[in-house]
Amino acid sequence: MHPALSIIAFTTSSGLGYGLAVVLGLGLLDPATLAAKVAHVIAGLLIVGGLMSSTLHLGNPQRAWRALSQWRTSWLSREGVLAIVTFVPFGLLTIATLFFDRWWMVAGIATALLSLVTVYCTAMIYASLKAIDAWHTPLTPASYLSFALAGGFTTGAAFAAMGGGWFEPLAIVAAVALVVAWATKLMWRNRMMTVRPTSTPESATQLGAIGRVRLFEPPHMNGNYLTREMGYRVARKHARKLAIIAVVAGGVLPILLLVVAIAAGTGPAQVVLAVIVVLFHAIGVVVERWLFFAEARHAVSNYYGQ
Amino acid sequence: MTSLPSLPTPKKLGLVIDLDVCVGCHACVISCKEWNTGGYGAALSDQDPYGRDVSGTFLNRIHTFEVVPEGGEVAGEGGAARIVHFPKSCLHCEDAPCVTVCPTGASYKRADDGIVLVDEDKCIGCGLCAWACPYGAREMDLAAGVMKKCTLCVDRIYNETIDAVDRIPSCVRTCPANARHFGDLADPHSDVSRMVAERGGVDLMPEQETKPVNKYLPPRRRRPVADSAPLLAENADGAKGFFAWLDGVLERI
Amino acid sequence: MTSEPSLALNEPVSDEVRKTTCYMCACRCGIDVHLRDGKIRYIEGNRDHPVNKGVLCAKGSAGIMQHYAPARLRAPLLRTGPRGSGQFREISWDEALDLATQWLGEVRESDPKKLAFFTGRDQSQSLTGYWAQMYGTPNYAAHGGFCSVNMAAAGIMTIGGAFWEFGAPDWDRTKLFVLFGVAEDHDSNPLKIGISKLKKRGARFVSVNPVRTGYSSVADDWIGVRPGTDGLLILAVIHELLKAGRIDVDYLIRYTNAPWLVIDAPGTSEHGLFVRDEAGKPLVWETVTEDFAASDSRGARPALHGRFPLADGRMVVPSFQLLAEKYLDRKYAPEAVADATGVPVETIRGLAAEIGRVAFEEAIEIAQPWTDMKGERHPSMIGRPVSFHAMRGISAHSNGFQTARALHLLQVLIGSIDCPGGFRYEPPYPKPVEAHPTPHGKAEHFGSPKPLSGPHLGFPRGPEDLLIDEDGSPHRIDKAFSWDAPIAAHGLMHMVIANAHAGDPYPVDLLFLYMANMAWNSSMNTAGVIQMLEDKDEATGEYRIPKIIYSDAYHSEMVAYADLVLPDTTYLERHDCISLLDRPISEPDAVQDAIRWPVVEPDRDVRAFQSVLIDLGAKLRLPGFADSRGQPLYTDFADYIVRHERRPGIGPLAGFRGSDGTRAGRGAANPDQLRRYIENGAFFSAHIPAEAQFFKHANRAYQDFAVKMGFFDTPQPVTFQLYSETLQKFRLSAEELREPVAPPTHRDRVITAFSPLPDWYMPFEEEDVDRAAYPYHAITQRPMAMYHSWGSMNAWLRQIHTRNVLYVPGAICDAEGLETGDWAWVMSHHGRIKVQIARTDAVNASTMWTWNAIGKRKGAWRLSGDAPEASRGFLLNHLIHELLPPRKDGMRWSNSDPVTGQAAWYDLRVRIEKAEPGEASEPAFPPVARPAERPDQLRYGQEWSR
Repeated sequence: MHPALSIIAFTTSSGLGYGLAVVLGLGLLDPATLAAKVAHVIAGLLIVGGLMSSTLHLGNPQRAWRALSQWRTSWLSREGVLAIVTFVPFGLLTIATLFFDRWWMVAGIATALLSLVTVYCTAMIYASLKAIDAWHTPLTPASYLSFALAGGFTTGAAFAAMGGGWFEPLAIVAAVALVVAWATKLMWRNRMMTVRPTSTPESATQLGAIGRVRLFEPPHMNGNYLTREMGYRVARKHARKLAIIAVVAGGVLPILLLVVAIAAGTGPAQVVLAVIVVLFHAIGVVVERWLFFAEARHAVSNYYGQ
Repeated sequence: MTSLPSLPTPKKLGLVIDLDVCVGCHACVISCKEWNTGGYGAALSDQDPYGRDVSGTFLNRIHTFEVVPEGGEVAGEGGAARIVHFPKSCLHCEDAPCVTVCPTGASYKRADDGIVLVDEDKCIGCGLCAWACPYGAREMDLAAGVMKKCTLCVDRIYNETIDAVDRIPSCVRTCPANARHFGDLADPHSDVSRMVAERGGVDLMPEQETKPVNKYLPPRRRRPVADSAPLLAENADGAKGFFAWLDGVLERI
Repeated sequence: MTSEPSLALNEPVSDEVRKTTCYMCACRCGIDVHLRDGKIRYIEGNRDHPVNKGVLCAKGSAGIMQHYAPARLRAPLLRTGPRGSGQFREISWDEALDLATQWLGEVRESDPKKLAFFTGRDQSQSLTGYWAQMYGTPNYAAHGGFCSVNMAAAGIMTIGGAFWEFGAPDWDRTKLFVLFGVAEDHDSNPLKIGISKLKKRGARFVSVNPVRTGYSSVADDWIGVRPGTDGLLILAVIHELLKAGRIDVDYLIRYTNAPWLVIDAPGTSEHGLFVRDEAGKPLVWETVTEDFAASDSRGARPALHGRFPLADGRMVVPSFQLLAEKYLDRKYAPEAVADATGVPVETIRGLAAEIGRVAFEEAIEIAQPWTDMKGERHPSMIGRPVSFHAMRGISAHSNGFQTARALHLLQVLIGSIDCPGGFRYEPPYPKPVEAHPTPHGKAEHFGSPKPLSGPHLGFPRGPEDLLIDEDGSPHRIDKAFSWDAPIAAHGLMHMVIANAHAGDPYPVDLLFLYMANMAWNSSMNTAGVIQMLEDKDEATGEYRIPKIIYSDAYHSEMVAYADLVLPDTTYLERHDCISLLDRPISEPDAVQDAIRWPVVEPDRDVRAFQSVLIDLGAKLRLPGFADSRGQPLYTDFADYIVRHERRPGIGPLAGFRGSDGTRAGRGAANPDQLRRYIENGAFFSAHIPAEAQFFKHANRAYQDFAVKMGFFDTPQPVTFQLYSETLQKFRLSAEELREPVAPPTHRDRVITAFSPLPDWYMPFEEEDVDRAAYPYHAITQRPMAMYHSWGSMNAWLRQIHTRNVLYVPGAICDAEGLETGDWAWVMSHHGRIKVQIARTDAVNASTMWTWNAIGKRKGAWRLSGDAPEASRGFLLNHLIHELLPPRKDGMRWSNSDPVTGQAAWYDLRVRIEKAEPGEASEPAFPPVARPAERPDQLRYGQEWSR
């Protein structure tokens, strides 16, 4: 699948934003602190930025509002609806924090729950597509959710280090979440590499009874929308390298640095380390997300010799 | 709207494609393009039409496959590798995943005849339906920013301004090899249903559980002439024997 | 649920439908052109049209993009830069016609043979040939010489007809159809319709073709023959059929020259010729009276073998005896030919078995009485339901003429010519060789300023009809009808530029070409031809070919080499006639012709070439185009179509003749004729009476019908010439036994190639080159979605074939270490090309192939300079030379069939080597035109979207 920048930006940015919203929703930062207030704004910006980025790939973005109508069947529509619904408690929570230095529990819990449901909807857009074997697994929402939480807690920990709260517990939860997220991801990737393709050139053409099927001539010599959108291919060696970069930057280094930050104790060093953790993690997730698309093979590839 | 019709549609209009006679001439590809670029919805645009990266929107394309029998690959006889020309357009699935994923309701399956269509006024061009379709039946038009797909020539098949005999999809009407057939696959007595029954028509990628309406008739078994070699009698050995045989024939004329 | 959107399902397609004839290839289907707001909305097949019956191929449907292509020429052009630079200035038609008239007039005044007028994909040869005849140059032909003249000449000389578009299998009745090769652009829709029909009936379809694509891909069986060995395969089948007694003896006696007696007097001038009575009728040996009798004697029971003494003591034998003895030889046994042909013994034997079984055990009978030319009444029509079809595949070899003869021999032996279920003639065929003219162009046939005394092209009956000087040197610039190519019935367009450049046999002053892309894909040795067009005489500084006038509708590669360009219209803007005098569209059951007419008006300063030619004819005061006072006889081509008469009552169109439009075939000119055609869907069809539909070569009712229609003025039955006396006459000349004697240089070649009975010899290139150094074959084939070079300027069609790759058999890939996507050098004795390859297994194991004419020159066809056609597409032409490698004696023969001069495109031998990866094919040429404006996006029909 074509790794469109707008979609990668959308899923990573909104994933991180909703993850942070969960931390804020659970009231794990002190609403009276500046750091917590900034965290709210940052979470909001990450979510809004992600959503806006997602509209960049639309052919007719002026009609984007129509996407809210089909929540009964469409995960994309559900995601849109949930995103908007989530803004209500999150907005109230933000107002409470920014202007009243308060954590409002009802809004907070609602924010946390709805944020997770929204991320789940995002993941289900992909997981529901049977035509893409790599995505069509419960591990996809598990991975999206765990990454959102890992991102949320690492970011939350950074804000805690800046004075928003108690750093160590958040950092420990973040480290655990990172382990869970990457473990899930490795399971996901392992499944992707080993799963038997649902469809093959033989099943796609139903010519398997005659023999082995391979593309002799494509329909048109240049590519088309389908080959550009669905036919993206990344070399296996290259993908492996990127996967290692993703795990190291997004998982191994952040965990190590979190340990170092805990050991460093409260202070500027801890803040700097915690921020670096967030940055590394974000880079790792962007690479992971790029691979999520680039490595996924669409069933239509069976018709295009890919 | 993006819910599929709750009951099976009373009619299942679709195509039956005969792989045994398709010679890969691309007639259906171009006829489809010319009909639809001025018909239902936005034109089918072509980018860089006279340049390096020429690429356009097509609703029907022909793939060409080489099928190599496992084992014997002797070039020169019936067991050798074969070329199969493979036209492909929307299969108008009963369980069309492209319809249910659509966030706006632009994608829908008609309750009467089962045709899967895009209401372009509602389409935001998100491309998710194209991702959902395992067959590659949907293509985004880059100029219009909306999803295009085979309409089964809905603006022909019910069009009372054209002769009744021509109320069939453009690709079917033009196919020189008669490899494309249009009809109601819900009616077991229709020509297309009978053809499917007789020739063992198949679904593409049944494992995707989309229940395609369009069916493909597989290539017939090949019959090597070598099998007939033993049938050849030998009446004459050399010219002398031949002329003796000839005299016998001439006697009888 | 919410309601579905309401759709506009009853929108009218168009404002108006105009019916005309397609010209996207040579098939000539009927089309319905839908117009909306004055633009073309949609083109579909005409359901009533006899050729395509409503269907239409990709090319036909893409007519919209052809018509609106940016590559269309827009106005007459005069060259301003050097040839090949693409620098021109637009001039007015007045200026263009004045210039053309001046150039043509000067040549006609001084030496009319210094005009070489050759036309390419011309469908108006009866006009262009007539014009050249009136002009008085001997140098005229169309492109048949590099297309399929072997097929046409062999067919007409053997059975008085040919496959091509002059005959067709009986699709409704045939039970076994064997297809040899084939070009997808002749009769393409009828072939697709027919193949589908017979497969539906359960009839068997066998394809003999090195490549298993297209029609071959749907065949019940595929015989992947090695290129150039089809003749050997056919003769082996004949061997088997003779051995098995699977021949139709009665048919041979009735309709062929099998019983005709051949003089057996070696070393004399009549050896191998037929013995004739005083009236010139060939004789047979009548077995009841035991005496000689004229071959057409009613009730005779002629001998098919035996030796009989003539009064003068010489011996004669029935030609069939020679035939049987020749093909029963073990050298034609399947075991003897299997290696050479690449076809297993069991397959050859199986093919023969099936042909014999179906012909004789599944014979069919139509209860239709008929009378033959001897007056015998037959109660029914017996059919041998085995049919064949072939075209360029077997034709474009240096042994193609004899191969085509062999195929016709096979058809005749099983009695399947024009019988139910067999091959069927399409009127005005059959037509015996005697009904064709002999060629004209000898010195006594022309001279300034008078017309040529007869048509250029025809069939020599023997060496005495050659167009040569007393010293044997050719009269024609292309050396057609010389000892180089004695039966060059379609001329040798592919030799014109090389010969004119070399001044051999003489230089020309003016080269006038129409629709022939000679500076690119229509020439062998493309780079050499480009050089010849650019070459200047060092002494004078003038081009070696001093003046070139070219007419085309598009910016083809050839345009850049013209001095004066006459821009033609598109096929939708013009009048044309698809005439019975030319290349007809008849069906076996009906006589047919058709027209094109301007269904849209040109939006550019262009004129239909035929009208321009008529105008030039009048300006030059050519007889037939201007009256005695110099006044034009015709206002334009449409006027000519209606009023021209070739013989009294016989004009370009057969339909709606007579003052009231009720006459068919013969009749006075009808001023309303074109309107009647338009009302009828742009075609005319007259059914052949049921009694006349089969055995036309010998059917009294058909022959009477043919006379009534005006094909002939007297009946012209055909006796199939299995043994060719004409070929034997050439051989006698080569053996110095008969006047005129062949020049010593040509004697061996004529003796090899002019066997009076169909024969096979190794293709010349294969024989001449080091077969170990060039172990493989390389051939091209036409894609179904492209016609010649046409198609790359078409925004829709070019997406299908944007570039070509070389398909290489798996065995060669493994041997040479090649994989799909690799680049490779392909080398012949003449040149090398660097191309991208792809692996295939559906092909003869020693044959690589590619699509024809996809490669384009940079800047041509108004494509961007980096278009894949120009950067990665390629031509095999660079590997093919118009001459064979030098022989031991230093002679370089034309790379053509020695009988007809047909270009031997498919004789090419190559080797292949892996190359460094690349981005572009080689050789590359500098661009021929400066950048032109072109849209970066098309949204055709957006204004009609709903």
